[in-house]
Amino acid sequence: MSLLSAEKLTKTYRSGDIEVPALKGVDFSIEAAAFVAFVGPSGSGKSTLLNLIGCLDHPTSGTLKVLDTDIATLDRRAAARFRGEHIGFVFQDFNLIPVLTVFENVEYPLRMVQLWPAAKRRAQVLRLLDAVGMADQAHKRPDQISGGQKQRVAVARALVSDPKLVLADEPTANLDSETAHRVLELMKKMRDEFRTTFVFSTHDARIMGEAEVIFTLEDGRLLQGENHA
Amino acid sequence: MLDVIGIASRNLLRYGRRTLLTLLLIVIGMVAVLLFIAVSGSFKSMMVGQITDSVLGHVQVHRKGYVASIDSLPLNLNMRPNMLAKIESELDSNTAIAAWSPRIKFGGMFSNFAETTSIRINGIDPAREATTVPLLSGRLQEGDKNAALVERGQIVIPLLLARGMKSQLGDTVVVVATNKDGSVNGKTFVVRGILESISGPGGRDGYIHIEDAREILRMTEDQVSEIVVRLKDFSQLNRVGGQLKAAVEGLTNKEGKPMLEVHDWTQLSPFANIAKMIDLMTLFIKIVLVSIVLVAVMNVMIMAVYERIREIGTIAAIGTPPSRILGLFLAEGLMLGIAGTLAGIVLSLAGIYGINVWQPTFDFGMQKGLVMAPTIAAGDVLTIAALVIVVAIIASLQPAWKASRMDPITALRHV
Repeated sequence: MSLLSAEKLTKTYRSGDIEVPALKGVDFSIEAAAFVAFVGPSGSGKSTLLNLIGCLDHPTSGTLKVLDTDIATLDRRAAARFRGEHIGFVFQDFNLIPVLTVFENVEYPLRMVQLWPAAKRRAQVLRLLDAVGMADQAHKRPDQISGGQKQRVAVARALVSDPKLVLADEPTANLDSETAHRVLELMKKMRDEFRTTFVFSTHDARIMGEAEVIFTLEDGRLLQGENHA
Repeated sequence: MLDVIGIASRNLLRYGRRTLLTLLLIVIGMVAVLLFIAVSGSFKSMMVGQITDSVLGHVQVHRKGYVASIDSLPLNLNMRPNMLAKIESELDSNTAIAAWSPRIKFGGMFSNFAETTSIRINGIDPAREATTVPLLSGRLQEGDKNAALVERGQIVIPLLLARGMKSQLGDTVVVVATNKDGSVNGKTFVVRGILESISGPGGRDGYIHIEDAREILRMTEDQVSEIVVRLKDFSQLNRVGGQLKAAVEGLTNKEGKPMLEVHDWTQLSPFANIAKMIDLMTLFIKIVLVSIVLVAVMNVMIMAVYERIREIGTIAAIGTPPSRILGLFLAEGLMLGIAGTLAGIVLSLAGIYGINVWQPTFDFGMQKGLVMAPTIAAGDVLTIAALVIVVAIIASLQPAWKASRMDPITALRHV
């Protein structure tokens, strides 16, 4: 059974009387524990698609099911709850909270979203920090660590609540080649260790090379799906 | 909740200087209000206490129409014995009344055998007067404060008159008055005390024994001009005054018209208007405080939301419920309010203590060298503290609501 499936998925933005179609009838399905990249030039609809998969937006028409849930049926609160329970996010700019330490940033989803008890939280955060190799930096603040380290922390934060799916929007765009490679290796390792599905939007050739499945988007349409696995 | 407060406090410390400036505004406002309440409230209480406890009492009963022409001290509007009997019965049966005292008031001439001047005289029952206006003897600048205010044949005169007439303790003086029938009579008195003058009606009156007053005025029956009433609990003035008014003003003459009238001190003393002004100024300064807190907190919270739009988008994207985002920002406003309130209270209490140690003096009307001794009730402090905290939360509400309703996609794109 697929983890994600889309049928005739469309998304149209309106600005006054002008309609801008971002996705034009997209069909795809993604299996559990896959390492998937959506690629394409700027404006092709990658970010729109990731926003829809991440329950941050609603489709204009068509169906998008994430973990058997039709995301069009989720209201604002239900969508937030669904994201908190099932989806992790990795952002291009890391988006760590500057006033919190590395430990607290990773802890945040458990503390403020899942409301885990402190002892259980601590064990889980340390496990994830250890897994991404940041346990010794736990007390530092984001402005005291490098870009690659920040993205490692972001990956740990995305995985800390054991989500089924991690969405990463251009996760290596702000990293140098070597750091980007290490972050991708880390993500693959995490996928293997936690059986989490990773979905990227990117036009970074390095990610394309690492992805097992590549969907190419152009002008809001899915051109092809390649399986590199 | 503790997690929310913990993160909110970190966010406040993120912009330390801005938070400090906002706190400073709140603290300045708090200190200004609490010091004003303490100083003006103490001044008001002192003056009201002096007026009610040494001259007017809390409530007064007169014959209908007497107060309207009180400046001429009309003897034909004295209360007759049948009225007094009814009033006595009402006053004695009211358990909220601590004491009452009858007075005969009249205008007369005061002579030291060399010079003559006018004087307003109160004929009093010294024992009753002492329980009804207990601070009266405390105003004696010369004479024994512990003895009865006057015995028969004695007179207590106001300081200004004593100075003007060069009268001293033990001097023999004459008081001459015209009774309601027009006959003039006089009586000699020994000056037993000299009374400090105070502002307001009755503040410059002389006092003699009530039987001497009856003798001068050649009264053939026990008439009185006014009855001064002291309540057990001054804070119950409106309630007990109302009860008394209803009971006493219900006594009617043969034509069915009220024979008597009841006034509380606020209707008899011009200082009541000053007290109202003080209350109005206190209200005004509270409004200023509310405005300061509202604007300061709202400004800092609007800035906080604007500067953290991407962060709000991030926490919303990773599943933080809108209600918790709202809580995060409300907690920041709450903590600003609490921190400002605590600092404000500490500084205000220190200021009040400092003034009490310093003991500055001031003049008010006839009274010189009044010592400023501000005090503040715990209720006032708690009320102002609650006001500041509630206003801080209200000021945070709009920015917090905006943050909680923010679209994560738009917020994440914010540069």
